[in-house]
Amino acid sequence: MTTDVDAGRRRFLTASVAVVGGVAAAGAAIPFVAAWQPSERARAIGAPIEVDISKMEPGQMLVEKWRGQPVWIVNRTPEVLQALPGIDDRLRDPESTQDQQPAYARNEFRSIKPELLVLIGICTHLGCSPIKVNQDAAPLGAGWQGGFFCPCHGSTFDYAGRVYAGVPAPTNLVVPPHKYLSDTRILIGADEGSA
Amino acid sequence: MKAMLTGLLDWTDARFPLSKLWNEHLANYYAPKNFNFWYYFGSLALLMLVIQIGSGIWLTMFYKPSAAEAFASVEYIMREVPMGWFIRYMHSTGGSFFFLVVYLHMFRGLMYGSYKNPRELLWILGMLIYLMMMVEGFFGYLLPWGQMSYWGAQVIISLFGALPFDLGDPLTLWIRGDYVIADATLNRFFALHVAAVPLALLALVAAHVMALHEVGSNNPDGIEIKKNKDANGIPRDGIPFHPYYTVKDIWGVAVCLILFAAVLFFAPTFFGYFIEQPNFVPANPLKTPEHIAPVWYFTPYYAILRAIPDKLTGVIAMFASVLVFFVLPWLDRNPIKSVRYRGPMFKILLGIFVITFIVLGYLGTQSPTVAGSELGFRLGELYFSFFLILWLHSKTRTASFNYTVLGIVAVLFVFFDAMRFDADKGMLMFVSSLLVIGYYVFFVLGSMYTKLNEPKPVPERVT
Amino acid sequence: MKSIIAAIVFGLVPLVALAAGGAPPMSANTDVTNQKSLQSGAKVFVNYCMGCHSMEFMRYSRLADDIGLERDLVAEHLMFNTDKIGDLMTIAMRADDAAGWFGVPPPDLSVIARARGVDWLYTYLTTFYADPNPARPFGVNNVMFPDVGMPHVLWPLQGVQSYIKAERPADVISEHIEAIEPDDKGVVLHAAVTTKDGKTSHVTDMLEVTIPGSMKPAEFRKSVRDLVNFLDYAGEPAKLARIQLGYWAIILLAVFAVVARALYKDYWRDVH
Repeated sequence: MTTDVDAGRRRFLTASVAVVGGVAAAGAAIPFVAAWQPSERARAIGAPIEVDISKMEPGQMLVEKWRGQPVWIVNRTPEVLQALPGIDDRLRDPESTQDQQPAYARNEFRSIKPELLVLIGICTHLGCSPIKVNQDAAPLGAGWQGGFFCPCHGSTFDYAGRVYAGVPAPTNLVVPPHKYLSDTRILIGADEGSA
Repeated sequence: MKAMLTGLLDWTDARFPLSKLWNEHLANYYAPKNFNFWYYFGSLALLMLVIQIGSGIWLTMFYKPSAAEAFASVEYIMREVPMGWFIRYMHSTGGSFFFLVVYLHMFRGLMYGSYKNPRELLWILGMLIYLMMMVEGFFGYLLPWGQMSYWGAQVIISLFGALPFDLGDPLTLWIRGDYVIADATLNRFFALHVAAVPLALLALVAAHVMALHEVGSNNPDGIEIKKNKDANGIPRDGIPFHPYYTVKDIWGVAVCLILFAAVLFFAPTFFGYFIEQPNFVPANPLKTPEHIAPVWYFTPYYAILRAIPDKLTGVIAMFASVLVFFVLPWLDRNPIKSVRYRGPMFKILLGIFVITFIVLGYLGTQSPTVAGSELGFRLGELYFSFFLILWLHSKTRTASFNYTVLGIVAVLFVFFDAMRFDADKGMLMFVSSLLVIGYYVFFVLGSMYTKLNEPKPVPERVT
Repeated sequence: MKSIIAAIVFGLVPLVALAAGGAPPMSANTDVTNQKSLQSGAKVFVNYCMGCHSMEFMRYSRLADDIGLERDLVAEHLMFNTDKIGDLMTIAMRADDAAGWFGVPPPDLSVIARARGVDWLYTYLTTFYADPNPARPFGVNNVMFPDVGMPHVLWPLQGVQSYIKAERPADVISEHIEAIEPDDKGVVLHAAVTTKDGKTSHVTDMLEVTIPGSMKPAEFRKSVRDLVNFLDYAGEPAKLARIQLGYWAIILLAVFAVVARALYKDYWRDVH
């Protein structure tokens, strides 16, 4: 039943069908892949939040929620800030070389404004939420300059969120993207735009 | 590289019948070479099944099967899930296209006698697939939880309440899982629609193709190509399915997808037939919509149900109108399979059946009227008469046989009309009866006194 | 003359209200691609409808982005219930309170355009009229939706229409409206009237603005067109994207069909 088959033409046509068919199949697959992206609802719920910091006292900590996680805003006193460099040799990553913060928070205070620290309040070990423990609290031993203590496995962090050496947590606490919309309002969750 | 692939193939073949399956069912499966337009619809039906399963699984990732959340979750898919609207429309368009394709596929069977020996089981498996599709569509339609979803399900489930001997009410209570259609009903319909029926469908489709490959395909001439084999045992009128029909079916898929895309992107509700307008109102158990109609693919049977004044008889007639297809291979045993070689009367018979089916379908979408119901009843009579005439014309009958049959039909006809006689529409009933009377005069008397039912000689080889 | 007409109107209006409802609606002639119209419609919706009707499946942010409004503008002028641009368009009215006040809770309008159609909505919103029947809780009735529980919220814009009925023959047993048309003074209703002897005749009634609102009928109709256009968009925000994508999909599939056919024909030259 075979006549003279132009093998070249046949190969060309087969290849064209395969290629165009592949493009069509990819086109049909795109919506299925895209559908797994966060939905409008997830994006709305996970949108950046605006926090009013006008009434913050020195030494006070605010706890907000963003994307299901606790966000700490700590108003640090000058004494606390002065004590920070002195702890460097007891820390695992004092210079914040690991990527746990945006570029504008890679400094000695790990913040944009020295007095205001913004952290994700989740221990970098296994995800519990640490507790703020001031300098005067004795149980953490002499030389405790204040910071955060994680009750689950005992990890400690200083008042810049930097992790101490010798504790289970491997890295500094995460600084989320944030920006100051004004002196009294801070946007947490994004560096650009507004809520 | 080629040696590696050949090696891999040999390794696989030693452990799994891969090449054997490929040869038996594709490369060396011989199909008649004269397949025409009507032979695209089998592979297109398979395409629709794949489309429904793919889009369906994806929808399950976002849909919430609870009475409180279902409607909102569908709108969530349409608006908030990235390209969710596309997946939803794929599934709604696919549902209707699946039925359209399957109806055309079944029509091919009627035209070419594909249900006849040795393909009776193939036909029955196909009918089971059709039945499962109807069940699947019914369960699926409740899921959006719109007004039409709710009330359509209410009507159909209450049909089971017509069962006598006090079985009806406990049955409907058991089906619903509650005193009215409720969350319990939705949840179980969801489970059946997403898991149970698709599994059954897949098994039936596999069995259907296996049964087909066991006997080989029929063809538009209705002759068995296996009767004429060459020295190598290959049917002279056969060609290997691969590459000839794989390549032809790819073209068929392309055309079908263009039509599919045209509907999906430009008319996804298809003027209220694929997604019905009342379904954009959330289900309200306290308020029945003015006009309840099932989805278009159920409407012919719905019209038959509605046309019969007695509820139980109507339910029986409706189920009978679907189930009668199952016994078709034993009703029509005329050895000539294809419409091409039976007399012109067979063409007319088929044509009238198609018109009957379509008009019944249209009537089922409309609000009931007196004239519409009367027409529906008559067309219902013509619907069943199609099968009777098929049986009658299975072989040459004596005049006394024909007259006896005519006599029995006349008695039944008068009996049914007497049972439902209503003086207000006496004139209407008389006029509409001419439809049925004319039908039988033509097909029974016509087969006795004209040459219209005379067959043509069936060729030896396909044309 | 006017007093005679007034007498007929007030006397026979209830009868008419029974007959109407199945009438074919006017054409809304909306265009979902017209962003100015959508913006105008959004403003009317938020200011007049959202007191009672939520649009629970629509987000303000989506609204802003789709109809060409700055998010800040939307936050400032169109958001009365919330200050988060990502929120859904919900309302403060509780369903059970609403059911007590209106009989049924005012339905959510997210997909009303898909349920009723734009033509029906357009005609519904333009055919409210004054109905003195004490059974009517808000003093109005509607041609498309007889005895509706909704008050005529847009009356400050449209004014109040009165149902001016033409003279009827004697012994009318039924009537229905066959056609509805816009007019400079309001709305024209063409009705078919059947008398006891079985004869059908045609009359022309009018809904005429007797207490003017801030807009003339033509201007009001445009405003309602914008509102209905907005409802059409809100019913299916993906509509424009779907149509755009559709052109490309069909083109791609047509190319596929062409090469598929060529391949098929090439192979089948072998078969005789």
